[in-house]
Order: sequence, then structure tokens, then C-alpha cells
Amino acid sequence: MVSDMKKQKFFRLLLSYGLLTFMTVVIIYPLLWTVGASFNPGNSLVSTSIIPENPTLDHYKELFAGKESLQYGKWYLNSLKISIFTMIGTIISVSFTAYAFSRFRFKGRKNALTLFLLLQMIPQFSALIALFVLAQILGMMNSHWLLILLYIGGQIPMNTYLMKGYMDSIPIDLDESAKIDGASNTRIFLQIIMPLSRPMLAVVAMNGFTGPLGDFVLSSTILRTPESYTLPIGLYNLVNEVMGASYTTFAAGAILISIPIAIIFIMLQKNFVSGLTAGGTKG
Amino acid sequence: MQHRKIALLLSIIPGLGQFYNKQVVKGLLFLLVGAAFFAAFGDLLNMGLWGIVTLGTEVPRDNSIFLLAEGIIAVIVLVFGLGIYYANLRDAYLNGKLRDENRQLSSLKEQYQNIISQGYPYVISGPSLFILIFAVIFPILFSFALAFTNYDLYHSPPANLVDWVGFQTFSEIFTVDIWRSTFFDVLAWTVVWTLVASSLQVSLGILMAIVVNQKDIRFKRFYRTVLVLPWAVPGFVTILIFAGLFNDSFGAINNDILAAFGIDPIPWLTDANWSRLALILMQGWLGFPYIFLVTTGVLQSIPDDLYEAATIDGASVFAKFRHITMPMILIAMAPIIITQFTFNFNNFNIIYLFNGGGPAVPGSTAGGTDILVSWIYKLTMQSSQYSLAAALTILLSVFVIAIALWQFRRTNSFKEGA
Repeated sequence: MVSDMKKQKFFRLLLSYGLLTFMTVVIIYPLLWTVGASFNPGNSLVSTSIIPENPTLDHYKELFAGKESLQYGKWYLNSLKISIFTMIGTIISVSFTAYAFSRFRFKGRKNALTLFLLLQMIPQFSALIALFVLAQILGMMNSHWLLILLYIGGQIPMNTYLMKGYMDSIPIDLDESAKIDGASNTRIFLQIIMPLSRPMLAVVAMNGFTGPLGDFVLSSTILRTPESYTLPIGLYNLVNEVMGASYTTFAAGAILISIPIAIIFIMLQKNFVSGLTAGGTKG
Repeated sequence: MQHRKIALLLSIIPGLGQFYNKQVVKGLLFLLVGAAFFAAFGDLLNMGLWGIVTLGTEVPRDNSIFLLAEGIIAVIVLVFGLGIYYANLRDAYLNGKLRDENRQLSSLKEQYQNIISQGYPYVISGPSLFILIFAVIFPILFSFALAFTNYDLYHSPPANLVDWVGFQTFSEIFTVDIWRSTFFDVLAWTVVWTLVASSLQVSLGILMAIVVNQKDIRFKRFYRTVLVLPWAVPGFVTILIFAGLFNDSFGAINNDILAAFGIDPIPWLTDANWSRLALILMQGWLGFPYIFLVTTGVLQSIPDDLYEAATIDGASVFAKFRHITMPMILIAMAPIIITQFTFNFNNFNIIYLFNGGGPAVPGSTAGGTDILVSWIYKLTMQSSQYSLAAALTILLSVFVIAIALWQFRRTNSFKEGA
């Protein structure tokens, strides 16, 4: 009986470590391969190996060589600017709106909540033609600010829901006792609700920051000149101009963007999980 | 005549009813807002409403698409104007009624405080609403309107006018053979893709969380960090990396891995079925860490007492899993799991960045792996079939919304039952 249980435990652990090792390899391989490709000499991938025989930094240098069609530094700054402003705008608009929805009962509240729920499900970019026409009417083709506004708008419905769910779980007694002490609504919001919503603010901030980085459609519709590109469009064009030709340069560019973001993600993941599970259970 | 009726009638011109009720400041305010509204938007309303009805009459003076856009903005402005107008009528009527009942009207100071306290939620959510109308609602209304026009390559400004055609485009989707067959092919693959890819990433994520969370597994921190990596690297980067790895001629999967096992190269990018398999595997890789993270959080919040009590009762490992772990995970994560499905339904990036929805299918505007959103994108950007794209957008929205509402309702009842 005891040896039976031992055997069972042995097989369970064997299976578990086997699976974990397999997954580790599957996850690490493509990433290492990209690192390898970025140090490989030449443009071709045929000879690429994970550990290059003659490693070179050429591709990294090429990124910043200032070619007309490859303005990596500029794209990087563009992406950073768009992401940061989208993040700030999303946090401000979402937290105010969520506070209104969570703490006040006003006319139109129910309808607005239903509207937000529906808007989450229609992808913003399915209205591509409209955004294109809008940019033309406003004379804002290639404008980063228009793009930032569009991103913020796209972030509002889903994140307001998440945030409202989280604020609903903060006891309303706190507001009421502050109100008795004479605090104004805005003060209650800034000094009580916001600090207590910190885990969900982290989630919203992350959504706001990574949303623009994951977008390809809106940005490629509105940004048409290479110097206004963001990283996704720039790198996509790099790969697709001549398939395979600039792949090693792409790899170098991919690494320079992935490493900082991966580090931030891994550092913030604790916040992220606590925010999501708390908000998630509230629906 | 009663005060309320007179006040109501007078405020057909905004503000007069308030003057009649002797609320001069409020009346002036309504009068001013009304006048300003007409001064600012009069032209827009006139032009916009004419434009949206006719879509232009003369080429090249009228650009139908710009007229439609202005028309929709005019309609949005008009709705707001009517809202203010309604508030004006209602205010006059209610105060008139108070006078009929010989009750005190509120003083200026009270009115001010009233507006401040009732208006607060509107004031703080107003800017967001404005951005939302501008960035989301206007575009959606615009593209819904396009579905009822004949806007395509042959009917496009400035050379030609666009006309309203009613439901013609919708009926053509189901009657023109090539459109119908493409539509149903794409829809079928979209549904299969959504179900298989989402189920794969969800089950893989839950499985890995349970495996790592076993008490006697060591190096937990290491494994957690590794398993979270695909989530931490930007998605567009990994998709493009995979596009290279899967490349038929130079990709490492064919050249290094499969060759090492002596398997012939597989046409990942040029055969539709292999492309689909590759896409599903990639989405599993990309999507499972998120579920893994959240499940780990849920698992850590399950109190140990539950398991101890079950052990005392003699429950097997499997029984504990089935009756404690699984229900806890599913209840806590139902909303997150549903969003995975809606996400994949609209998962444009992976389809488009991997091989552009390819391989191309002869005689069809959609490629072998195109899902609805990527097909709509192609119709818009590549073949200029705008009204068809817009009509498909409506069908897609109806489809997603119907399923999501049904699902939300089910999970809600599921929660209450649990």
C-alpha cells in the first residue's frame, strides 16, 4: 500500500517535470532562436543557428544607421510616446467614469452600462473606413494625437467595466463616513477610492500601455509616412518588404523592444493578478 | 389655464417658460444655450441633414462620403440638442406644476446646489463620453450606415456619387454565389478557430497552473517566470518571429526540428490546413500564460482547510481535484474565459501578421485562413468593397453580441446556483 502510493507519487512527479521541461523548451526555443538570429551575420536565415559561429552586432548598428526606410529610433520614440499618453489618458478617463458608475445613481446610468458592454464586443477597427474618413476630414492623417484619442476611446468601455467592478468591492461606508466629516466627492475619490483601487489601476495602466503596442490596423490606416510609424508597422514592413531579406535586422529590433517590456511585465505581474482575480470574480 | 401648461407652451422657445415661472437666471441660461446652439450648429445641421438624406446630388461638388460623415455628426449633435430642449420643457412644466399646487419654487441658491450635486456624475464622466462618441460610436454608426449604401470601387467619390440602396448588400451576401460560399467558408473557419484555439489556451493554462502549484514541485519561481514569458513579450513580435520559424523554405521548424526527426518539410504557409494548425498551436503558445497567471492566483486563494477536510474524509487526489479545484477555478474565472473566446473571434493580428490570412484561394476575396475580421479588413483595404465590408461588420457584431449576452446570462445563473 505504501509502496503503491510512493509509486503513484513518483509517476506524478515524473509526468509533471516532463511536462514542465517540454513547455520550457517550447517557450524558450523561439525566443533563443530570435536572439541567435539577431547576432547572425548576413541577411539570410537559412544558415541561422542559435549559437552563431561568427556573432556580429551589425544588425543592431543597422537599426540606428538612419536609413530612410528604417528609422528604428524614431519608431521606438513614437511608440513610447503613444503608449504613455494613451496610458495616462486611459487611467484618468476610466477612473473618473468608473467612480461615477460605481458610486452615483444618475439618470441614464443603466443604459450607459449596457452600451459599454456592447461596445466592448464590436472591434473598433471594424469601423476602419470611418476612422480613415475622420482623419481626412480633420486633416489629421499621420497625427499621433488623433491616434492616441482613438486608442483612449477604444480602451474606455472594457476598462471602465473592470474598474467599476473593483470599486464596487470597496465598502461604501468609507465614503459615507468621509462625507460626514465634510469631504467633497472629488476629495473622496482622490484620497480614498483611488489609493484603494491601486491593483486595478495597475491592470488599466498595463492595458493602456500595451494596447497601442499590439495594434497594427488603426496605426497603419492613419500613419502613412515612415517617420510617423510605430514599432509594429515599422517592423512588419521590415519583414515583409522582401520576405526573409531583412529578417535578421527585424530580430535585432524585436529584441530591443521585447526585453524592456518583458521585464516590466514580470515585475508587475503580482499586481496584475490580484487586480484581475478580484475584478474578475465581481464580473 | 394652469401654470404648468402655459409654462410648457411658452418654453417652446427655450427660456420663456422659466421667465414665466419667474426664474430669470435659469431662463436666461436656457435662452443663451438655445441661441448658441443654433448659431454654432445651424449650418452643420442644415447641411448635414440634407447631406445624409441625399448623399449629394452633383459631381464633383458633392462628396458623398464626407456628406455622410457630416450628416452623422449632425444627427449626434441633434440628439444632444433635443436632450437639452427636453430638459427645458420638462423644467418649465415641473415648476409650473409646483406653482399650480401653490408650493415654493426653489431659490437660485438651491437650484445651484441642486445642479452641482446631481450634475457631478455627468461632469466627471462627460469627457470620457465625448471621447467615446468621437472615437468609437461615430465610427461604428458611420460604418453601419455604409452597409446600406452602394459604396465600392465603382461608386466612390470624388468621381461618382454614392446612393442609399437599403438592404441590397445584405441580400447579395446570401444570394450571389461567390459571396455566399466565401461568407460561409469564412464563418465556419472563424467558429472552429475560436472554439479550438480558445479551448486549447484555456485548458493548457489551467493544466500548467495546477502542475506548477503542486506542493512538491521545486523551482516554482523559475517555472512561473518561464511560463509567463510568452505573455510578457509583445504579441506582434512573437507572431512575426513564428512567421519566420514556420517559413516553408528557410524556417527553423522545417529545416532544424522536423529534419532532425527525418520528417519532410511541411508547407506551413502555403497549405491552408497546415496554416490553420500552425495558427492554433501559436495561439495556444501566446494565450495560455494569461490563463496560467490568473489560475495561479485563484489556486493560491483556495483555503487549505478545504483540502485537509477532504483528505480526512478520505477523498482521492482526483476527487479533490474534481470537487474542489475545478469548480473554484471555473466560478472565479468564467468571465475571463469568455473574454478569451470573444478575443479570438476578433483576433486579427495573429491571422494577418502570420501569413496575411493566406494562402490565397482562387476566385475568392478571402484567403484560406481568413477569419471574419481579417476578411473585412481585406475587403476594405485591398478590394475597396466598402459596403460589403460594412454589411459584414454588422453581421459580425450581431453574432458576437448575441453569443456574448447568452453566455453572460448563463454564467450569471451559474454563479447564483453555486
